[in-house]
Amino acid sequence: MSPSVPLQEMIRAIRSARTQCEERGVIQRECAAIRAQFRQADNGGRSHNLAKLLYVHMLGYPAHFGQMECVRMIASPRYSEKRVGYLGAMMLLDEKQDASLLITNSIKNDLSHSNQYVQSLALCTLACMGSAEMCRDLAPEIDRLLRASNSYIKKKAALCAVHIVRKVHELGELFVPAARSLLSEKNHGVLHGAVVLIIELCEQNPETLERFRKTVPDLVQIMKGLVLSGYSPEHDVAGISDPFLQVRILRLLRILGRNNEGASDSMNDLLAQVATNTDSTKTVGNAVLYETVLTVLDIKSESGLRVLAVNILGRFLLNNDRNIRYIAMTSLQKIVGTDHNAVQRHRGTIVDCLKDQDASVKRRALELSLALVSASNIRSMMKELLLFLSSCPPELRAHAASGIFNAAERYAPSQRWHIDTMLHVLITAGGDVRDETVPNLIQLITNASELHCYTVHKLYRALLLDISQQSLVQVACWCIGEYGDLLLKGDCQETEPVQVTEDDALDALETVLQSHMSSPATRGFALTATMKLSTRITDNVDRIRSIVSIYGSCIDVELQQRAVEYNALFRKYDHMRAAVLERMPVIEKNSPGHTNGESTGEAVKDVPTAKMKQGEPLLLQQPANQVHRSDHPPGPAVDCLVSGLSVHAAGTAGGDLLDLLGGFEPAELSPVLAYDKGGVTLTLSCEKQSDTGLTVTLTASNSSDSDLSSFTLQAAVPKSVQLHMKAPSGDSLPARGTAKVTQMVVLNNPNKVNLKMRVRVSYTRQGSPFQDTVQIDSFPGLDSQL
Amino acid sequence: MPMRFLLLFSRQGKLRLQKWFTPLTDREKKKVIRDVMALVLARPPRSCNFLHWRDIKVVYKRYASLYFCTGLEDQDNELLTLEVLHRYVELLDKYFGNVCELDIIFNFEKAYYILDEFLMGGEVLETSKVAVSVSMENADTLQETMEEYMNRPAF
Repeated sequence: MSPSVPLQEMIRAIRSARTQCEERGVIQRECAAIRAQFRQADNGGRSHNLAKLLYVHMLGYPAHFGQMECVRMIASPRYSEKRVGYLGAMMLLDEKQDASLLITNSIKNDLSHSNQYVQSLALCTLACMGSAEMCRDLAPEIDRLLRASNSYIKKKAALCAVHIVRKVHELGELFVPAARSLLSEKNHGVLHGAVVLIIELCEQNPETLERFRKTVPDLVQIMKGLVLSGYSPEHDVAGISDPFLQVRILRLLRILGRNNEGASDSMNDLLAQVATNTDSTKTVGNAVLYETVLTVLDIKSESGLRVLAVNILGRFLLNNDRNIRYIAMTSLQKIVGTDHNAVQRHRGTIVDCLKDQDASVKRRALELSLALVSASNIRSMMKELLLFLSSCPPELRAHAASGIFNAAERYAPSQRWHIDTMLHVLITAGGDVRDETVPNLIQLITNASELHCYTVHKLYRALLLDISQQSLVQVACWCIGEYGDLLLKGDCQETEPVQVTEDDALDALETVLQSHMSSPATRGFALTATMKLSTRITDNVDRIRSIVSIYGSCIDVELQQRAVEYNALFRKYDHMRAAVLERMPVIEKNSPGHTNGESTGEAVKDVPTAKMKQGEPLLLQQPANQVHRSDHPPGPAVDCLVSGLSVHAAGTAGGDLLDLLGGFEPAELSPVLAYDKGGVTLTLSCEKQSDTGLTVTLTASNSSDSDLSSFTLQAAVPKSVQLHMKAPSGDSLPARGTAKVTQMVVLNNPNKVNLKMRVRVSYTRQGSPFQDTVQIDSFPGLDSQL
Repeated sequence: MPMRFLLLFSRQGKLRLQKWFTPLTDREKKKVIRDVMALVLARPPRSCNFLHWRDIKVVYKRYASLYFCTGLEDQDNELLTLEVLHRYVELLDKYFGNVCELDIIFNFEKAYYILDEFLMGGEVLETSKVAVSVSMENADTLQETMEEYMNRPAF
């Protein structure tokens, strides 16, 4: 076939242009010539011109003026012109262009052309860019071609039908009978097209799927033929007979066998045969094995077959080829939830993949490793994960850090280990952790009271080494401020003693304050810490006083405000300073994942000021009563500090603070333990809404060592009482009280009968269901009122 | 389930062939080409042939100076797609005889015609190498004879 000379000459001219500008010039000239030619009457070179235009289009230059020419060429009787015209239509027209509708008629005519190659052009174009209207128009034609034509056209019609069904779902019904009959064809191309079409029909419509289930035996036969047949030169690829068709049939079997015992049973033998007989030395064999494994894991296969499939994946993990390892991990990720133990066996190999050079493999290995962490392997896994974190590519750092935190929170074997791990992460990847890490870590530290000394020493040393990681610096400053006395004492059993003088500590804090690397939030932390040290050290209080007064004229408004207030604390309110800056009690744990307000640093800093209460110096006498909510915003509390005791801090966090004072709020009553068995506890708290109405909140918690699922509560009350149960917060209770389930029950007792409630607790523990009933006779605080 | 697109480009980032199996605007197409090309060209040699970009899987393979790159949906079989790319290269090789990038540059429309005999709507159309070659030969012959026929003077 002689190449198009004008086209090649133009391509040569464009390629010989030495600069972008020169190239643009050549192209502009050529386009002008092409435009002129388009306007002329029919000459022999039309197809060459359009081809030139298409080349220019591929280089990225605009070519929309060629759209009408495409339409004209498609209508031409010459095959050469039709060919280029259709190619142009596929490249320049898409369903969004108006011109595409103009070719519908040409396509319709060409579909019934006497020459099959013309028919195939039309089919191809329709399948590539046919819009919904065109598809609706031409669907009957395609159906006709599916039934009565040669195999060349049938296979193209089949894929064209696939496109139509994707565009217009309702037309699927039209093709079902034809698709069914195509399965008995011998030609592989037609068979392949038929299988693709059936897959599409089944995915769109579940009823169609039911009807096609009957074809499973036929499909199994075809597959068997392919797997067991001898060498067929036409379809052979490295010893596998027609892998494309095999993979497609496996996909269809997967769809038909899903959730269906009968169909799955009939494919078991075949799948086992394919899994064992397929040669896995080349990629093509592995492709078929991969599809087989996916199918086995998705249908209701028998356990022996499932084990075989997971073993194949295990073999894949050890393969030298990176691609194979990558897809093995992708598949294992899908089943790690259901076949957890099977995947655990390969944990070693997966962890090794963390060290692979390739970024894609690393990412997969990280996700899978995080999913495999459990209470038994937490120490060894964490070692590997931390090692990974220190050398991992930057785009994976944030994900790795948050994964490590979650794992540490769920499975930490000891508090010291937990703190150590979090510190390690902050030192390695402090810039990539989420904002709530800082308050979470601080809360964790306050909870571990015996480790305060160890923690503050460790943080101080880390601070000396590096002050660029903001999260780490924030936590370190907070700890130095809070536990400065322990730091200065110098002796600590858990770590080597280091002599820290007051000047050293203040130097460290001042470095943070002055460094340009510190963010404004961090400097806020450092300033507050410096202030707190004023009550924990003896000699250098003047130095602190001078630092604080300098920052009173700082250009940063937040720092300035703090400094001014601390100054006031030194001057007018010096008698209160010791109390205000006293050691903070343990911060109560919020529910996991709870973000404590918008700002991170500021929130924690203001906790000492929240000690201000309505009208009384409660903080001096009852420090134990106070719960510090870290989401207390700075505003009103700060005012409170300045103006003394007159303004109460309850303004914004009103209800929360007043809660603790017990008797102040009569409507809210303290929770009562209603049920305690097998590690499951149910507490009950009531709130009177009206004279006859009552809202009961049931809170369930699980302190045993195993997770509970399908946790449900049912309630029954005396006849005249109306009961309405709201939706529960969840239905799973993880072990060791990591999360609770709450459910509200609204009661209405218009007849004021004696209120009793029977509650049935049901849940599943390790696969076996459990049920119990408890009767609640007394509701806290209700006595004679209700 | 089908492929979303097929791109061929050189190491210098010049596009040699683009086939789109989903309707996208010109701007969207340009964006996809830019992003995917950047991702693939940045990969070191001997890395894994699979990438993740937005919500699609990208499978690519380098043959001499050309990258063959395709985008797949989530449930597709990546290993089979590598075979599909390989099959396309084999078909080009059979047609052009020891194909190289220049063949594809100067005869781009033939590369498209071959592709259209092998894939349609993002799915494999014909699984036999021989059948595709035969169709191409016949179509080319038809083109020639039609041309000759049309150019023959009518007496």
